[in-house]
Amino acid sequence: MIRRALCVVAASALLAGCASSGSKSATASGDKGAVKGTVVVFAAASLKPTFIELATEFEAAHPGVKVVASFGGSDTLAAQIRQGAPVDVFASANTATIATVVKADDARAPTPFATNSLQIAVARGNPKHIVSLGDVTASGVKLAVCAKAVPCGSAAEKAFAAAGVDAHPVTLEQDVTSVLTKVELGEVDAGLVYRTDVKAAAGKVDGVDFAQASEAVNTYPIAQITTGKNPNAGKEFVGFVLSPDGQSVLRAAGFEPAA
Amino acid sequence: MTLIEHKPLRAKASRPPYGLFALAAVGVTFLVLPLVGLLVRAPWRSVPSILRRSDVTTALRLSLETATISTAFALVLGVPIAWCLARARFRARSLLRALCTLPLVLPPVAGGIALLLAYGRRGVVGEWLLRAFGVSLPFTTAGVVVAETFVAMPFLIVAVEGALRGLDPRYDSAAASLGASRSFTFRHVTLPMVAPGIAAGAVLCWARALGEFGATITFAGSYPGTTQTMPLQVYLALQDDPQAAIILSLLLLAASVAVLVGLRDRWWSR
Repeated sequence: MIRRALCVVAASALLAGCASSGSKSATASGDKGAVKGTVVVFAAASLKPTFIELATEFEAAHPGVKVVASFGGSDTLAAQIRQGAPVDVFASANTATIATVVKADDARAPTPFATNSLQIAVARGNPKHIVSLGDVTASGVKLAVCAKAVPCGSAAEKAFAAAGVDAHPVTLEQDVTSVLTKVELGEVDAGLVYRTDVKAAAGKVDGVDFAQASEAVNTYPIAQITTGKNPNAGKEFVGFVLSPDGQSVLRAAGFEPAA
Repeated sequence: MTLIEHKPLRAKASRPPYGLFALAAVGVTFLVLPLVGLLVRAPWRSVPSILRRSDVTTALRLSLETATISTAFALVLGVPIAWCLARARFRARSLLRALCTLPLVLPPVAGGIALLLAYGRRGVVGEWLLRAFGVSLPFTTAGVVVAETFVAMPFLIVAVEGALRGLDPRYDSAAASLGASRSFTFRHVTLPMVAPGIAAGAVLCWARALGEFGATITFAGSYPGTTQTMPLQVYLALQDDPQAAIILSLLLLAASVAVLVGLRDRWWSR
């Protein structure tokens, strides 16, 4: 009881501090003590390690607030939101997917917060000597990519089109982490994933850059979702991701700033 | 006097309490309502066009083929297992039964991961398969069959073991006393007598294989024509083509209903 009381005091003191400094997050939070409870965040699978870190920092900065995050293919998450899942914040891996949620009146205007590009994930030491997008389409190379409906899949399709090669993947996975897992387990020789995924799996896979990656850059938008039960905390979390602190976490993970 | 009092009592006792009726009604509604939802919200007008789509017919054909081949494998391997469990006397029998029915309760995705670690390219057996025969199961139709057999065979084993247990072992003894060999007895006495049980087990196994999702997508991946079965396509379609997802679900529902109708003599008439 006393501990909880202390938490409340600490939280309001912190909010008061924010308010007096006149920072962006304070204006977003509105009245004092509004940011509390649980904030539900849905984020693209490729954001998983980064958003877990962001959530931890957010919780540290807002005592009493708990972030519950769920990760998956952007389109799967968007479908769940359209079905009424109680979500406060949605961060998608491309603008087209979040647009379906906005169109259904379930989201406020999304803001781009990062960009990401593809890399070829290969087994450590690159035993198949893959150096270009043409190499992954060679016979004898098992390739995994995302399904077209998922952002990483549409980006892969764009990259292959830019390279002018026909890809023959052995599987079309539902999200980017499934592609990475198949590479890590050695079931495929190459997988098209985001460079941030390769970075997060450092030591388990190697990343190979390819020229056409610049033709398929994904912009990650974030939006507050209207089906959520905690709009104040949702707004605050979006503000935190866009803040310099949030952005530096994203940079460290390998995300590029949004244009 | 006593008789008059007994009569209504007996009539009351044969009827379950009203509370049970109410709960049963709630339960039945809970089970049936989702199916009603599927039927009510189905975009019936687009049924013909969606069922003619080549990606749908491909997935349907793949599903029917793999479920049928899986059932054949389950029959060849599962009937002997069921016989061992029902008839053979050995110490580890309960352990064997637990192991063989494990896929019934194991989450299918966990089953898929286990299959990868066993038969995958780097798997315990898979590595040797690749080196010795150049065979790699993941991402192939054979991989789908492996996943479906793994998940569905226990249904057959349980059904056939039950049928074998219900069979009087004295028929076997009689055949043996007349000079029939053990394999002759099995083929000409035991098998024909448990044939209805085997058929029921095979139908259940086939239906389970047809609906397999988790182990398949984990072990065999998802690619149109090779590994993308109906349930995988339903899941994929739900993301960007919910109308098609509903119709494909209806198709799987129809298959399940057909199975239940086929089994009516065993389940309904009792």
